[in-house]
Amino acid sequence: MNATLFYVTFALYMSATAAYLVYLAKPSESLGKYARCLLASGFVVHIVFTIHRYVVAGHTPITNLHESLSFFSMAVVGVFIFIERRFKIPVLGSFVTPVALALMGVSSLFPSAFAPLNPALKSKWLVFHTVVAFLGYASFAVAFGAAIIYLMQERFLKKKKLGGLFQRLPSLNTLDEINYRCLTFGFPLLTVAIISGAIWAETAWGTYWSWDPKETWSLITWFVYAALLHGRLTTGWRGKKAAILAIIGFFVMLFTFLGVNLLMTGLHSYK
Amino acid sequence: MNIVVVGLSHKTATVEIREKLAFSPTQMEKPLSALLAIDGITEGIIVSTCNRVELYVTTRDIAGGIARVKRFLADYHHFPLETLEQHIYAIHGEDAIRHVFRVASSLDSMVVGEPQILGQIKTSYGYAAEYRSSGIILNRFLHKAFSVAKRVRTETKIASSAVSVAFAAVELAKKIFSDLSDKTVMLIGAGEMCELAAKHFLNSGVRGLMVTNRTFERAEKLADEFDGKAVRFEDLFDQLHKADIILSSTGAPHTIIGAGDLEAVMRRRRQKPMFFIDIAIPRDIDPAVNDVENVYLYTVDDLQEVVASNLQQRSEEAKKAEDIVSEEIGQFFKWLSSLEVTPTIVALRTKFDEIRRVELEKTLSNWKDLPPDGQKRLEALTNAIMNKLLHPPTALIKQAGQGGRTDLYVDAVRALYGLEVGGSGQDEELELEE
Repeated sequence: MNATLFYVTFALYMSATAAYLVYLAKPSESLGKYARCLLASGFVVHIVFTIHRYVVAGHTPITNLHESLSFFSMAVVGVFIFIERRFKIPVLGSFVTPVALALMGVSSLFPSAFAPLNPALKSKWLVFHTVVAFLGYASFAVAFGAAIIYLMQERFLKKKKLGGLFQRLPSLNTLDEINYRCLTFGFPLLTVAIISGAIWAETAWGTYWSWDPKETWSLITWFVYAALLHGRLTTGWRGKKAAILAIIGFFVMLFTFLGVNLLMTGLHSYK
Repeated sequence: MNIVVVGLSHKTATVEIREKLAFSPTQMEKPLSALLAIDGITEGIIVSTCNRVELYVTTRDIAGGIARVKRFLADYHHFPLETLEQHIYAIHGEDAIRHVFRVASSLDSMVVGEPQILGQIKTSYGYAAEYRSSGIILNRFLHKAFSVAKRVRTETKIASSAVSVAFAAVELAKKIFSDLSDKTVMLIGAGEMCELAAKHFLNSGVRGLMVTNRTFERAEKLADEFDGKAVRFEDLFDQLHKADIILSSTGAPHTIIGAGDLEAVMRRRRQKPMFFIDIAIPRDIDPAVNDVENVYLYTVDDLQEVVASNLQQRSEEAKKAEDIVSEEIGQFFKWLSSLEVTPTIVALRTKFDEIRRVELEKTLSNWKDLPPDGQKRLEALTNAIMNKLLHPPTALIKQAGQGGRTDLYVDAVRALYGLEVGGSGQDEELELEE
């Protein structure tokens, strides 16, 4: 049952991604609507999957890589749907849904068996800490998608290559605006996730901060986005610079999330 | 009934001739009623724009109708008919329908895809409707033309790209800033192209306009004209940071804005993007300005290239549009034919049935010892004979209707049986559905 829900979600995301990619090449209103419906229904099934898993497991299903990658993917789709409703640019989906789909793909590679909860995770902080962290990650992922498009558009404008793709992609200002919105949404969440993590660490391990790799890399991620936010607010970093930093930030964040779990050993390595 | 188009356009006549034959759009009542007064013309619309003068009429007699409309056009404008003949075209049937659909869809325009023509035809149609010179056929015809134009507009990208340098500049600005309503345009120098572009930007709703010129009085004059603000040329770099879009066309022999000048400007703007359009030859703005972050520099040549590629794209889209037009012609033609066919068939049947009933009644009233079911049998017999007789001509007329050769058969049938068919189909809902 749970696996079926997972693969239905996976299939719907795959069709939505395909629709969005076709939309990029040949946009039409009906195709945009079609892609949005596919993605939204995937999102709904994904929520059902997560709730089902929660009920069966008896705890928040963000305790191993299968679960957390899937949850990350769900958060990315959720944030994208929100942004898309607001800015009305379906073409962003052509760049964000592949990320969500890839996360689902990686998630499917990890064992999905229900396992008893690691005693260290048995806490009321689990839900709060992880959900907040993943929502933050998700908005950075959407910012990443917008940043990639920004760099493309900027290059087209500078090189004066104003072909069909240029015409179909949104304006620089809109993309920069998305970048900023995602940053102002994601950064506080990341901050709260780190603080709540520290408080939880104090209750679980007896110390707020123990420089375990996850903590260190979270802090590095935080500094990257803090630099971006600071630059934006004080010296008017925007456009290309902001886009590049959003891309760097995304990869650092991805390493914090995956690299640390897979490559390093520490308190946070839940595989 | 036939739809006939008589007219001349930018493709067949020079502007000198077109303006002599143009109708004033504010005084359409007189020509429209004169047009309707012509013998054999049942409906009429006059479309008169700067690029074309066309009359759409319906008539039964194609050749005669065309000749009379041509004469009307010449007489009305006191223009020699012989000269007119060299520039005028007259088409009917499917060609006429195709022509009007193409005109409305802006496929026959000087700049293919320009949006004005549809509005102009709608206005012309409005006059015809107001003065009741258009009837059932032209009403339906024009509405069909409007819906074809709409289909072309939504299903092809024929009108989606800018085909003038000024428009291309506005489009590009939108790709950078998205919303122009809080943006300021600065004009450096003066010149026709520069002012035209400024006008386009103002029409697109930019917030403000600044004008600077080496001669301050000229800047003030231009600023007055555009309701903008004049800036002294010495203050250019002091004010430049307030401008988002800069149009430059001075006669300076060397560049007036270099990449180095922009560093301070961009800092004061907190790196908000700037869009420079250099219209001057030699150039006013150092090409290196394009390398400054968040600054985009386009010259007239760059914009011209954009326009050229847009035109190329338009001609590709025009092919798709032609397909849509062809598709719609068939449908409309079917309706037009059915207008004639159905009432004729109905009249023919009514006539036959009347004869049958009169004769049947005569027989029955004299036939005393008719068996009880005899009346029914006679009824059936006469009906069967009538239907058998009517079947081949009915089928033939219907078939002719589909092939677009209605008039020959319809006229023959009407003449042969002395049918009186009211108008050309009083009921607009009449459709030939098999």
